[in-house]
Amino acid sequence: MCLGVPGKVLAIDGMSATVDFFGVRKELRLDIVDEPVSVGDYVLNHVGFAIRRIPPDEVQETLALFDQILDVSGAKADLMAADVRGEIAAAKHKE
Amino acid sequence: MAAKDLFQELKFRDPVRARALSEAIGHEVAALGRRVSVMHVCGSHEQAIARFGLRAVLPPDLELIMGPGCPVCVTDGPEVDEAVALAVQGARVCTYGDMLRLPGTARSLADAQAEGAKVDVVYSVSQALELAEKHPADEVVFLGSGFETTAVATAAVALANPPKNFSILSVHKYVPAAMNVVAESPETNIEGYIAAGHAAIITGWGIFEPFAARTGKPVVVAGFEPLDILAAILKLTELMRAGKPEVANVYPRCVTKEGNLAAQRSLWKVFRPVTGRWRGIAEVRDGNLDLTPEYAHLDARKRFRIDTSPVRDEEAEEAAKGCICGSIMLGLANPGDCALFGRACVPESPVGACMVSSEGQCRIWHTYGGVPDLRKVGT
Ligand code: SF4
Repeated sequence: MCLGVPGKVLAIDGMSATVDFFGVRKELRLDIVDEPVSVGDYVLNHVGFAIRRIPPDEVQETLALFDQILDVSGAKADLMAADVRGEIAAAKHKE
Repeated sequence: MAAKDLFQELKFRDPVRARALSEAIGHEVAALGRRVSVMHVCGSHEQAIARFGLRAVLPPDLELIMGPGCPVCVTDGPEVDEAVALAVQGARVCTYGDMLRLPGTARSLADAQAEGAKVDVVYSVSQALELAEKHPADEVVFLGSGFETTAVATAAVALANPPKNFSILSVHKYVPAAMNVVAESPETNIEGYIAAGHAAIITGWGIFEPFAARTGKPVVVAGFEPLDILAAILKLTELMRAGKPEVANVYPRCVTKEGNLAAQRSLWKVFRPVTGRWRGIAEVRDGNLDLTPEYAHLDARKRFRIDTSPVRDEEAEEAAKGCICGSIMLGLANPGDCALFGRACVPESPVGACMVSSEGQCRIWHTYGGVPDLRKVGT
């Protein structure tokens, strides 16, 4: 729950942003993010809310990290992967 | 660049650096010249520690313990009873997935759902809001759990004029209170604390300064990568050896001293800390986040007469007495010390709360093979 998944902002409409998480699109609330967010930025997601804009020079590392978390063999029994997957999967019913 | 190549370049998992950090920690602990215990207070930290086997690279004289870092685990039975009672009374109760199977004194929301009550798992409080819009005839109650990072999301929804049929049953908890509980426990031998990076994104690391000054124990804010955690332990042992009860931030890529001020303003507009019981622990001063009088109209406890007597069962609560979650969360025992661990208590049929949530220590240890402290295997 506390991990926070990063995604790329595709569009912004008021307090809501369309964000791409590993190929899954999802609406994220922008009410509590620390800095103004624009299209193309990466944000950390916590329970459907952007909690932090990721500084551009850390984007690659953060993305690679999450790719890897999702990629580990035997990920089914892996709680971190399950938490990340849960966060991403939650987007799927909305489509 | 392919993810694999990128990954080779990652700064946070480099084995050479991990070894160097582990050696430096060994040096600090040797210089301390005694057995020392440090505590982290975050389920995500425990997941990373167990998953990467980090305890195996720590010196034998350093004990790394998980404290009360799982908000689901400290949600008290009678609090769950309130949600179950509301569902039984006909409200539509929405909550996060790991609250579903958390037992109250007798029943969980999953039990109520199986008996026909309307219970929805949501991923975000904003989905609960959508359900309220979609079902105008239902009273939609959001059972809000989690520490302040999650409470901020609940606050944002409360501030955005939710529909009339939406209310909040708050079982949100406050991280600094969790650290106070441990520090004030007379049996504790914890000499330093690792604070959770994500809560600190909101509150800022400065919030731990009064704690460090009052208890005389250093606090280090850490991220969730193996090297983040090892670096935090190294910093902590350095501060311990120097006798400096300071706060250090080894997660500067996400955490600032002040934190997210706008989010804090929202949080404290909607919530206030109150004293309440935490499961298996005790009354915790300022440990629960309740709605402020200004937002009383959204407070399910004010809006409804919640009668928990039909769903409450003090005798059933007795049955869970063998559970030692409370001592585990205070750092006085570990899951292996519980006679029920992996026997009567497993994730599919949990006895205690720590086996329910993916952030509970018993659940994490069970998932990673029982004893994720490889130094103890075979001893
Ligand atoms: S194994 Fe189960 S019963 Fe034992 S302490 Fe953990 S949660 Fe409680």
